Amino acid sequence: MALCGRREPLHMHSSLFGERMRLRAHPIIALAASLGLAACATTPSTDANDTTRRAAFASTYQPAASVPTLIRGATVFDGEGAELANADVLMQDGRIAAIGANLAVPEGAAVIDGAGRFVTPGIIDAHSHLGAYPSPGINATSDGNEATQPNTAEVWVEHSVWPQDPGFLRAVAGGITTLHILPGSANLFGGRGVTLRPVLDAVTVQEMKFPDAPQTLKMACGENPSRVYGGRNSSPATGMGNVAGYRQAWANAQRYARRLEAAENGDGEPPDRDLELETMAGVLNGEIRLQWHCYRADEMANAIEISHEFDFEIAAFHHAVESYKIADMLREEGICSAMWADWWGFKIEAYDGIRENIPFVHEAGACAIVHSDSEVGVQRLNQEAAKAMADGNRAGLDISRAEAWTWLSRNPARALGIENETGTLAAGRRADVVVWSADPLSSYAVAERVYMDGALVYERGAERDPPSDFELGQTYTERAQ
Amino acid sequence: MRMLSALVMALAIATPAAAQTVLINDGRVVTNGAAGIIENGDVLLVDGRISAVGANIAAPRGARVVEARGAFVTPGAFAAMSELGLSEISGSGAPNDADVDGDLVAAAMDSAAAFNPTVTAVAVTRIEGVTRAAIAPSSTNSMFGGRGALVSLDGQPDSVMRANAFMIVELGETGAARVGGSRAAMWPAFEAALRDAREYPTRYRSGQGGAVLNEIDAQALQPFARGQGMFLVHVESAADIRRIIRYQRANPSLRFAIHGGAEAWQVADELAAARIPVIVDPLVNLPSSFERLSARLDNAALLNAAGVTIAIAPAPGSVDAHQARLALQLAGNAVANGLPWDAAFAAISRTPAEIFGVGGQLGRLERNYLADVVIWDGDPLQVTSAPTAVFIEGVEQPLVSRQTRLRDRYRPTANR
Repeated sequence: MALCGRREPLHMHSSLFGERMRLRAHPIIALAASLGLAACATTPSTDANDTTRRAAFASTYQPAASVPTLIRGATVFDGEGAELANADVLMQDGRIAAIGANLAVPEGAAVIDGAGRFVTPGIIDAHSHLGAYPSPGINATSDGNEATQPNTAEVWVEHSVWPQDPGFLRAVAGGITTLHILPGSANLFGGRGVTLRPVLDAVTVQEMKFPDAPQTLKMACGENPSRVYGGRNSSPATGMGNVAGYRQAWANAQRYARRLEAAENGDGEPPDRDLELETMAGVLNGEIRLQWHCYRADEMANAIEISHEFDFEIAAFHHAVESYKIADMLREEGICSAMWADWWGFKIEAYDGIRENIPFVHEAGACAIVHSDSEVGVQRLNQEAAKAMADGNRAGLDISRAEAWTWLSRNPARALGIENETGTLAAGRRADVVVWSADPLSSYAVAERVYMDGALVYERGAERDPPSDFELGQTYTERAQ
Repeated sequence: MRMLSALVMALAIATPAAAQTVLINDGRVVTNGAAGIIENGDVLLVDGRISAVGANIAAPRGARVVEARGAFVTPGAFAAMSELGLSEISGSGAPNDADVDGDLVAAAMDSAAAFNPTVTAVAVTRIEGVTRAAIAPSSTNSMFGGRGALVSLDGQPDSVMRANAFMIVELGETGAARVGGSRAAMWPAFEAALRDAREYPTRYRSGQGGAVLNEIDAQALQPFARGQGMFLVHVESAADIRRIIRYQRANPSLRFAIHGGAEAWQVADELAAARIPVIVDPLVNLPSSFERLSARLDNAALLNAAGVTIAIAPAPGSVDAHQARLALQLAGNAVANGLPWDAAFAAISRTPAEIFGVGGQLGRLERNYLADVVIWDGDPLQVTSAPTAVFIEGVEQPLVSRQTRLRDRYRPTANR
């Protein structure tokens, strides 16, 4: 009950205000996944001599079949901040082959008329709970917060992801090609996040895992952990309790990491496996990227202090409603901010939200990301970027629409450690491409075609059965996609 | 300009400004009425009302002339459902008058008694072109959500336009959950409540008491149970909507409007025939609950095409105290999914006024309407647009809020 103060479960997460809604929902105890086979890139194999075994839970993602595709004569945002007029984009073998003028048509290529259309890199949502808080949202499906103790670094959100979530289709229809799924924010250490492809016919989450994407660790500042645990008369109950909780846990992880390293160097036995410390050791050695839910400027500054004390990197602050107050510090630290365009006021740590947060962070030269944290918002992140751009420009900045697009693809790719694979239309990158009906920094544009690894995975208006098994055979299956 | 606005605001807080005579010259005037959109139109504001709308209106002596230069000039937006003014902060254990946790009053809850025109969200919303709102608590213990109010967002002490404006009723999953977990219990409870209300005060004075309502709730519910006020009913599924239509047919004196209606497109013709308006959220397209399995993005367009009166606002569960300004984005998305622009703009201005019974005063730029007028820097349904001027009853509102003050405090230095 500590999460809600409500007498009944809210029956929906459908809202522009996802975090608010989740806070009101009942805390649902996620079942800890069976981890008997757990192993990952950060972990010494349980049988170091057996090189034929693939790592447990490894990606089995396979790009869908594709043909060489040339989009001709479109307005192109390259994801690096440049806009190209009347440009061609060529996708071949799942990769961007070229962008430019008057590209030759390879044999057998599909040619798409781009006249009047806009082409962008696929959108990357750096903060999603799709699959872990799927539709329909009922108690049994609310699977994203292992709110049983303040440190659950041992859980992996991918073990809560339901691949049949109808939200994945809606996300793709909004131009999403990559999603970073995170556990919730009830805990100081919420568990491992996962970077996914929204593969609409996937039956297993492994089929959705972005190949070789680093895992992440979710941490949380502020009101949520102290409310959840303070409400149970346990620690943390305060902001100072939060910080003590982080620091003691990192101290423990440092000791664990040192013993692991010593054992690898032939100095003593490795410690007994501890899944919680294993995750945190992965952050300390740089293999797991830290994603930290934090609203207030002063709390972000405290988090940065902790990162210096224990010598780890913070990839991004999430929600980061007050990043505009410390934008220079965030630039110096090289920390991204994953932000909403205009959410505010739903709790006291969001009280100082302003519409210019994203553009002010951008203007300072820090890494700005537009994120959703919402199964509704994820469907139109382009509109959120449009708002932020326009508000920044009204405040006297000069941000182009192609620059604004870096908040949707290149910068989130950077925060997730996949910037060499996706996020821009540079030659050699995965061909994650969206063809928009009009200027996508607009309320009226819709994604007409979405390509993932060069394969057409979504086409507006194409008749088809709903890809989610959940939606198949409902009384009314015809629905707008 | 911004500095000036700050000064204007300081003065405005000290003394409410008087309505000026203002001629807005040469705009793209969205009248929301028979005249449609007037290109190169003028709007004259006198004594807080629209005095004239048309081409080439002469400026009266002493009138202030605002050059619109082709910009959109529209009626103020009307938030068709909101918690505006009911809390400063929704969560964090802060006081929140939109969240009622008690059994003492239900139908009798009076939103007007809780509205505070000075909460910061009112100014935050006003500067985005929203000038009026229908407000009510979103979370209560009862199937009755209490009496909603209509408010002006001018921030002045007298800005409640109408109390007792409508009665919120939950008759879907939420209502069922509040009455024992089942519609099978909810509907008999609803009907019994209406009987209690109609028989107020007789059965209470006789000592018999109500079957399901206490005396104060019966008193508050009575005018609605007698058809003198509108029930705003939260339902989502086609099945629940059909129950409302049938119930109204059997009780033709009662007045209903629907809020939610995710599956309303499936019963669009019946709703049109029953003249039951629907307040829809054009972003609801997920089977987020079992009463929304057939939600789809073109719900608003399909309802409009069938002749249903629609307004656009966040769905139940998404209604909040801080983001009523997003009504314009919702309407723009309805356009992206097939709703004609004029109908979409009307659905956030004219039709809410009509549904809530103030359509003769608000929602149009026509002679004698209250002068709630907004001038925009672009298409108001585009997320990139914002007002350049907002008038409420002829009084120009400073485009200043706590958020703009924070923005100006932390604005990056120029030419960094």
